[in-house]
Amino acid sequence: MAETGDRVREWPMPDGATAPTTTAMLTLDGLGVEANGRRGSSRILQDVSFDIAPGEAFGLVGESGCGKSTVALAVMRYLGRGLSLTNGRILFEGRDVAAMATAELRALRGNRIAMVYQDPMSSLNPVMTIGRQLIEVPLLHGETDAAKARARAIAMLGEVRLPDATAMMERYPHQLSGGQQQRVVIAMALMAEPKLLIMDEPTTGLDVTIEAAILDLVTELRAKFGTAILFISHNLGTVARLCDRIGVLYAGRLVETGSIRDVFKAPAHPYTRGLLAALPEHKAPVAGGGHRRLSPIDGTLKAADRARTGCAFAPRCGHVEPVACETRPIALTAVMGDGAHMARCSRLAVVAAAKPSARTSMPAAAANRGQVLLALDKLSKRYDLTGRFGFTSGASIYALSDASMAARAGETLAIVGESGSGKSTLAKVVSGLIPATSGSATLRRAAPHSSAPGGRLREAESPGATEDTGALHTSAPGGRLPTGESPGAMQEEIGTVGVDQRSPDTRRRIQMVFQNPDSTLNPSHSIEFALTRPLRQQRGLSRADAKAEVLKLMERVRLPADLLRRKPHQLSGGQRQRVAVARALAGQPDLIIADEPVSALDVSVQAAIVNLLGELLETGDLALVLISHDLGLVRHMADWVAVMYLGRIVEYGPASQVFAAPFHPYTEALLEAAPKPDPDASAPAIVLKGNMPSPTERLAGCGFASRCPKKIEGVCEREMPPVRQFGAHTIACHRELSGGATTSV
Amino acid sequence: MTEVLPRLETRDADADVGGTRDPWLAVGLRVLTASPIGTIGGVILLFWAIVALFAPWLTAYPPNRIDYLLIADPYPSRAHWLGVDNLGRDMWSRIAHGARTVLTVAPIAVLTAAILGSILGLLAGYRGGWIDALITRIGDTMLAFPKIILYLIIIAKFGASAFNIIAVIGLTSAPIIARIVRAVTLDVKNRDYVAAARMRGESAAYIMLVEILPNVRGPLIVDFFLRLGYTTIAIGVLGFLGVGLPPPDPDWGGMVKETYGLLFVYPHMTLIPCLAISTLVIGFNFLATGLKEAGQDG
Repeated sequence: MAETGDRVREWPMPDGATAPTTTAMLTLDGLGVEANGRRGSSRILQDVSFDIAPGEAFGLVGESGCGKSTVALAVMRYLGRGLSLTNGRILFEGRDVAAMATAELRALRGNRIAMVYQDPMSSLNPVMTIGRQLIEVPLLHGETDAAKARARAIAMLGEVRLPDATAMMERYPHQLSGGQQQRVVIAMALMAEPKLLIMDEPTTGLDVTIEAAILDLVTELRAKFGTAILFISHNLGTVARLCDRIGVLYAGRLVETGSIRDVFKAPAHPYTRGLLAALPEHKAPVAGGGHRRLSPIDGTLKAADRARTGCAFAPRCGHVEPVACETRPIALTAVMGDGAHMARCSRLAVVAAAKPSARTSMPAAAANRGQVLLALDKLSKRYDLTGRFGFTSGASIYALSDASMAARAGETLAIVGESGSGKSTLAKVVSGLIPATSGSATLRRAAPHSSAPGGRLREAESPGATEDTGALHTSAPGGRLPTGESPGAMQEEIGTVGVDQRSPDTRRRIQMVFQNPDSTLNPSHSIEFALTRPLRQQRGLSRADAKAEVLKLMERVRLPADLLRRKPHQLSGGQRQRVAVARALAGQPDLIIADEPVSALDVSVQAAIVNLLGELLETGDLALVLISHDLGLVRHMADWVAVMYLGRIVEYGPASQVFAAPFHPYTEALLEAAPKPDPDASAPAIVLKGNMPSPTERLAGCGFASRCPKKIEGVCEREMPPVRQFGAHTIACHRELSGGATTSV
Repeated sequence: MTEVLPRLETRDADADVGGTRDPWLAVGLRVLTASPIGTIGGVILLFWAIVALFAPWLTAYPPNRIDYLLIADPYPSRAHWLGVDNLGRDMWSRIAHGARTVLTVAPIAVLTAAILGSILGLLAGYRGGWIDALITRIGDTMLAFPKIILYLIIIAKFGASAFNIIAVIGLTSAPIIARIVRAVTLDVKNRDYVAAARMRGESAAYIMLVEILPNVRGPLIVDFFLRLGYTTIAIGVLGFLGVGLPPPDPDWGGMVKETYGLLFVYPHMTLIPCLAISTLVIGFNFLATGLKEAGQDG
């Protein structure tokens, strides 16, 4: 393993190549980690070699289970019970970490190397104030003067841009928001002025706007303190924004490494290429409707792949060739003679020559497309908080205020916003899990196929079409009904009606796909049971008919029928999510609400689910309400977009128009903040500060005023913003946006 | 009946192994072999189960046959492996037949408690509100009484019989089981699959029994075996206090009670039933621990 094409670090490279060889801060050389359990041992990491120069940021990416976090733990020598370092060396500042005594290690950890974990709440002690936890760090590492330590802690809280650092010292972790907590964790990590900062998915649980701010902060602090960073993430976008170099890990092996630019511009390994190809285009014109197909990576990472002699990616690779790929270990080889860009693939030339598979674009023509199936009008949900002894305390949470929008057959209505913006509340109100307090949601029946709304142009196919005549305007409830439809019998009010009070048919017509693949299926039931039950219960099929229908459903979501007898825990996350889609389809619904359907999945499987949802829309009968914080996905899928903030819709319109100027300042900030898998993408110009105001306050003015970079002093906080209209596109903002006619709310 | 092992939820790291439903026996075996302590527990229980099941064939004398001639030398001998008791009854036969009573009464009592507790726990957890408050308060009140006093009060009032023992143990254990079931229910009822069931329009009974209850079985099964151990002790205590199963039928607690006066003269008469109780309790506890471990890293 040692004589692989690894970069040689002990002596300078012949031509004085790019990498700082002798001065590396951290060097991993042929690292191998094994897990020894009762059921034998398995290789977790194998031949992982890279180095990080002082002040450099190295990104480590890969899907879950590939060993990213194990690398971080190995560097700190924090490998848990059952894990052992079997091969290779870890050199920190030239010294072998494995050979260090306990005392040396203690001096190293938290002092020279610091770590930031994904979940800030579990990194902070809930019973200690922020201040005490921060002061502890220098006191542990040699500082004797408590006053000095305190002064440093306050200074550091300022460095991580926390407001009112002195007051912050006295607060407890639970009094801070997630973004603030992560800043505290970063401050704590930087207190000892470490040479190396290991960040394990530091922004994964955070909103895009908070994420952008944290990434900004890390970049800034890195420049200031010269800290080297090992940045572990599954999100290629964040890595592209922050890192200089990248390593792609697959099944415990580094399959590609190089500078960010090289790897993103000319990915060499099929896995890296697959990962990048699986992402929705972030530069192409807004596609909408998911008619363009993404290219997922087939299959899943299996535990057995780690033990393969040859390429671990071979079972999922489209370029696999048995002799070259599977018989012998494959070394990291330089890509096109470039010593800094290397990939572990024996068929680099073939892979490089292969064109990325063309993304098929599906023709879309269906009779019902564009008909409004669900119209929301000023839908609101208020929670009255109960005080002591069960009396109302007078305080209320305004989770959803005056939401008006429409979901159309064959189209996707995307709802975007940060957490707390009310998008999930909206989903629950429509699904009936929580009834709305006021307003209306009207579920309509699609007109029979004969009455096709005359040749309406598709947004995606005719970006020039600005005025959408078929569109029902948000603030005009009732609006135009599709021709040949009698309003009375064909529509039903569901907004304030809980799911228990709805008619069985209404229940059947609205289905939901949930976010978390772990809790979407009952772990006690087989897949077959999960699919058979809705068929029998909602469509009243006989046992035999249901069985046949289950097979059809499985085919429709592209799952093999032999999975039917399995339990959910025997399926991968992507497979579970497909079953969830199949379950939603079982009752032949008219409307599917997908609440963050792919956010818990690995990039390589996300694409397949996104494609599946896109395919569902092709029939033209089904409307999809997509709730997502991922603007790349929304851009790819949505025909209509509603941007929500603090329970209100701030911008709504056809996707092609929402993603083009003029923007609501919040939409603009969201778009800027979204991490893009492109090293050339400019850093976000607008980074939102602060947090969303508490939803318990009834604000007189615009909810976004407290964070808006374009706020008009004295106006925005006091008055409700008018809804400006640009054709079918509406923006609720005080600012004069070019070309808009103002209507009052 | 104790060797019947229900299917346990095992978490499989690799999604690709174990394609089809495992045969019932294989799962049982895997659970038993998953942890050494579980295996030991299983072996002990298997021993007692066989003894109980085949007691008439494994013993040479009826358990209640009194032979005063044997009292002269009550110690274990070739004819009487474990000796005889103070009335000259064969100890082995009494222990074996005593196992029958314990292994019938204890599981039925615990099963009663489990069924009652599950229903109450599901109702309290799923319905919430005043139903929850009522069930929880009544349960807490019951738990506030020392159990043994509750046993004595009820049995003194209604008389000592197998049925009353089952009833009293079932009733007093139900609140604890209800508490376990309620806790899991509170967690599970917020899962997406319950929301999906609600959106389908499933009845509350269906959601509680089909969607939630199966997910409680992990903690419930572990608790079931632990509780069998406690119940074995409780039956022993009741027997010792003279309010257990009515004589002359062999009852381990009763055997201790009848002979403990002779502890320093003929120790085997007292110690052997004590040992029987202890091993059975240890067997149940070990198996519960084993099941817990199997559930954790199966």
